[in-house]
Amino acid sequence: MKISGSYKGGRLTLSFSGELDHHAARDAMKRLSQKLDAYSPRSCVLDLKGLEFMDSSGVALLLRTYKRMNELDGTMCVRNVRPQPMRVLDASGIERLIDITGAV
Amino acid sequence: MKIHNYLKLEFPSRSVNEALARSAAALFVLPLDPTLEEMGDLKTAVSEAVTNCIVHAYTGEVGRILMKCRILDGNVAEISVKDWGCGIEDVAKAREPLYTTGGEERAGMGFSIMESFTDEMRVRSRPGRGTVVVLRKRMGGGSGK
Repeated sequence: MKISGSYKGGRLTLSFSGELDHHAARDAMKRLSQKLDAYSPRSCVLDLKGLEFMDSSGVALLLRTYKRMNELDGTMCVRNVRPQPMRVLDASGIERLIDITGAV
Repeated sequence: MKIHNYLKLEFPSRSVNEALARSAAALFVLPLDPTLEEMGDLKTAVSEAVTNCIVHAYTGEVGRILMKCRILDGNVAEISVKDWGCGIEDVAKAREPLYTTGGEERAGMGFSIMESFTDEMRVRSRPGRGTVVVLRKRMGGGSGK
């Protein structure tokens, strides 16, 4: 599981690749929090184009990111979600809180 | 019911083995010619079952997990995941969506995902003795691919 980030004009883009399960989630959340604390962005884009697998651990991670961005008075969205992670996100109902679009 | 093939895999409840378990289950069902969605659903359900053992059954300790995969009549894959951990006091409560004892690292969705991503889920648990979750899913269904 890799996370790479880029920051421009108040927007932090974090690109995920690999597999996000319970094993990967703790380290991923730590790195994600470090980036959010370092930049305090107005908006955060999670690009999941390279994320090949995700289970409910990923839902918890997105929810925590959402709460953190709320604390920062910022917004977040999730982009380029592949079909398998999208099935999990659909089942979670998290789209009611977070702006999510699938891979084209 | 005829058992067409089987696989037994035992491993310690270390989180690094979550990927091992779901990948082994996915490889095992490949001869059933599953669609990508069926394969993804099965991997997700297995990942949730094994994560439950690691997070809940063996909190703060390492125990053993036994995963048994079987291919049954009608292109049905059956995966059972067994632990000898703390067990579940109230299975009905644990199966409720969003219920979790795992804190904010967990979404409380494990059982609801296992249930909705398979055709059948059974849970047997005895407090202090352990838990077994049995998942069944028909593969290659209707796609004719």
